Amino acid sequence: MTTALIFLPVAGALLVMVLPLRPFAVGATALLVALAEVALWIDTVARFDFSKPGLQLEQQQSWFSDLNVSYHVGFYGFSLWLVGLTSVVLAAAVGYAFWAGRERPRAYYSLMLLLTGALVGVFVAQDLLLFYVFWEAMLVPLYFLVGVWGGAGRLRATLLFVIYTMAGSLLMLAAIIALGLSQGTFDLVHSGTSSSDWIFLGFIAAFAVKAPLFPFHAWLPETYRESSPEVAAVLSGVVSKAAAYGFLRIAIAKFPGPVSDFRTPILVLAAVGLIYGSLLAFRAPDLRGVIAYSSLAQMGLITLGLFAVNGLGLTGAVLQMVNHGLISAALFLLAGGIERRAATGQLSALGGMARGRPALATVLMTTGVIALAVPGSAAFAGEFEILAGVFQTGWGYAVAGAVAIVLAAMYMLRLISAVLHKSPGPAVTEAALDLRPAELGIVVPLVAILLVLSAWPAAITERSFGAQNAVSSIRQALP
Amino acid sequence: MIASLATPHIDWFALSPALALLAAGAVSLLCAVFVPRGDRRVVTSVVCALGFAGAFVAAALLFAHSADGHGVIADVIQRDRLGALTTMIVAGSGILAVATSFAEPMSDDHIAEYYALLAWAGAGMAFLSTASTLMTLFLGLEWFSISLYILCAIDRELAGSLEAGLKYLIVGGFGSALLLFGSALVYGATGKLEFHEIAQVVQQQSLSHDALLVAGLAFMIAGLGFKASAAPFHMWTPDVYEGAPTPVTAFMSAATKAVALVLMLRVLTTAFPQEAHLWTIAVAVMAVASLAVGNLAALVQTSVKRMLAYSSISHAGFMLIAIASNNALGGRALLYYLIPYAAMSVGSFAVVAARERELNRPVTIQNLAGFGWERPLLGGGMAVFMLGFAGFPLTGGFVGKFYLFAAAYDRGWTWLVIVGVAATAVSLYYYLGVIRAMYFRPSEELQLAPVAGGSPPRELLLQTAVTGAIVVTVGSFFAVQPLIDAARQATEFLFL
Repeated sequence: MTTALIFLPVAGALLVMVLPLRPFAVGATALLVALAEVALWIDTVARFDFSKPGLQLEQQQSWFSDLNVSYHVGFYGFSLWLVGLTSVVLAAAVGYAFWAGRERPRAYYSLMLLLTGALVGVFVAQDLLLFYVFWEAMLVPLYFLVGVWGGAGRLRATLLFVIYTMAGSLLMLAAIIALGLSQGTFDLVHSGTSSSDWIFLGFIAAFAVKAPLFPFHAWLPETYRESSPEVAAVLSGVVSKAAAYGFLRIAIAKFPGPVSDFRTPILVLAAVGLIYGSLLAFRAPDLRGVIAYSSLAQMGLITLGLFAVNGLGLTGAVLQMVNHGLISAALFLLAGGIERRAATGQLSALGGMARGRPALATVLMTTGVIALAVPGSAAFAGEFEILAGVFQTGWGYAVAGAVAIVLAAMYMLRLISAVLHKSPGPAVTEAALDLRPAELGIVVPLVAILLVLSAWPAAITERSFGAQNAVSSIRQALP
Repeated sequence: MIASLATPHIDWFALSPALALLAAGAVSLLCAVFVPRGDRRVVTSVVCALGFAGAFVAAALLFAHSADGHGVIADVIQRDRLGALTTMIVAGSGILAVATSFAEPMSDDHIAEYYALLAWAGAGMAFLSTASTLMTLFLGLEWFSISLYILCAIDRELAGSLEAGLKYLIVGGFGSALLLFGSALVYGATGKLEFHEIAQVVQQQSLSHDALLVAGLAFMIAGLGFKASAAPFHMWTPDVYEGAPTPVTAFMSAATKAVALVLMLRVLTTAFPQEAHLWTIAVAVMAVASLAVGNLAALVQTSVKRMLAYSSISHAGFMLIAIASNNALGGRALLYYLIPYAAMSVGSFAVVAARERELNRPVTIQNLAGFGWERPLLGGGMAVFMLGFAGFPLTGGFVGKFYLFAAAYDRGWTWLVIVGVAATAVSLYYYLGVIRAMYFRPSEELQLAPVAGGSPPRELLLQTAVTGAIVVTVGSFFAVQPLIDAARQATEFLFL
């Protein structure tokens, strides 16, 4: 089951790459595979027993025995939600690419599907080396997707992206080797905890760059701006969550000692990133800039929740990961739609798009309002839990979070008014149409899921860590 | 009365890989006389390929039937799994190199000699990989080196080929002389030629601080360092790799390095176990120097062949980490890594050869633009090899690096792991630079190939070789268990 979730998109990728289909058929096949992945995930949810803590739907197969490395995959409650996020966002991204049309479709869609497989793999891997394999396997398709199909500045953007992420990843490889050899196994479930600060920092380096956490975010604005909209959606919606998942599944679960040693600096960096990202988002001159920096801010918030290391913080962070994944994916896809119509993402050139374009106005407004965490929204539930959790650690962090929520309202409202209201900007012509049915079909499901979560956040918060205490459930090591 | 000369018992089976290649070389040379010029290229390349295939099969059988390693033929060579596995790597590279050579634009005058020398170089390597005395070590080394000197210079119409041959001859001769001198000093100190007898004498007479012995060891490491193109004995590598005909470079970069590194492992662990505290540090220093020189110099290369030459220096550095670790994990790491490394190396030079033939001029990073879209198989192959060199997953290069670093960590040398990790990070720039050139350039910058016009040449054999190299590179990632078992069986006796 779990293996099928990884290899269905990989098989689809190989199929698309090898079969000599016409461009339209390639896109359609890829979209079908991506939708099949969503269906498979729904089936997985139906099979998952949320009342039990611990690993489920587990599969293990020895890979090389002398160092005890195995292909070991399985689901925890929270990984289930992240895999769901992956399948939904990737399906939307493939759909968007299919609608917008991409050159060299066979290569493009096979890379997108490979990326799907790698992301699912990251969230279900229960072996350190397997985790690293998927982690790196995710970078290769992204490198091509940004480098080939990106904007004019893509060469520089990919270079920055790869250098930053690989510098972090390679430190993680050293840390994995050290942890695996000192534990005698690379299995995440069967290994105990470690008290080595250096190994812990090796992991933190990789996750802090990928998330990104302030001040490791230099690659972020350029990469998000130069990617095509659907790739930016995947990057900020899902790939950044892989890093947050790494914090949760490895850093917090395996290093109780170092976590308490380094908690203060990490929380401070997260809080600084939260405020700083929000301020930059408020100042950014273009659509993508606002979303990119808000993504930096949100990752800071999620990190705050995670490193609160208590039940409220962890469940809030998991909920917020899903929320932010859906929100930023929807926003990037909408930004793509707006850029197609106006040929620019500069906020100064946009404006007045609400007039005569009700669908665009409604969808953007709904997403924006959820993003600024209006009470009753899913994001409000997530942020509230995170702030309540981190308040137990130190009231200062909660204050930073509260300030950031105000700032979030400011930058989101600025974005909404700059695009929809004001007087029409020079780039907005009468010919620019409302969202087409196909675009609505791509974005509305994302927003609909957000609305469902707004009504019922407990769907995730009560089904992430089993009935047990969240912290002890991720730290328990099986014999 | 004729005094009966005591001849040792000869284990023909142990010699069979070398004999198969010697025979193939001899037949190729005869073809130069008896086969009409027009058919010579086809016939001799088939003979040579059959020789390498025969050597591969013979080595595989030897591997299966030599579970307990022992000296044969008066103990001058060792029949064991280490030699057999190394021979398999050499023979595999040889087959791919022959396929790459087939369409090389070289005049038919010397084509038979070309294949004969290629087979003989392989034979020398097969023989060397089993060497267990200082004599056979030197003999094997010179045997394949002389073949390679000529091969580098064989294409007289190729600019730089003669220079490459001469340079390799002089510098390589210097390296051989160092090895010979070192061997003489070691022999002088111990009075023994055979590796494990040297170790015994050193232990019995507690010679481990003997100046003569230590100096001899140092010279021997330097001599082998030349062949493995490890810094600071690497300076011939870029010029020779660039000047030699590309298929020859492909074979050299894979097979020579494999044999030189395996021999270094064998000599150091069997003949000098008491000096481990000295040579592990020396080898580690060489590793760090190679990583530094190889990676930094590769960053600024524009010629792809030179870039790959520096990359091969840096890979010598990576694999020296395994030797410096001096533990069972290191032995396994070296023998495992050599398998995907050989495939990636031959494969990448094969792609360069194909591009060279399309453009009729040396391949640079610039004129690779658009190659990936134009030739999906070769471009995709090159991308796989570059990702493999850089150590990305889904290639054996990743598992190989993982094992090397694990070996160094197991030895307690975390600093060496950090150096390796830093070197890998630097190497990304130039490996991914090739991918960037092949795929990321806008189509206006594409240099569409043949000067004469028309579609690019289809070379079925070369494409098969590249496909084979891709299969090994990716396959070794999935089939870690059988390969690592083979590597363990080949090296465990060194670390008992």
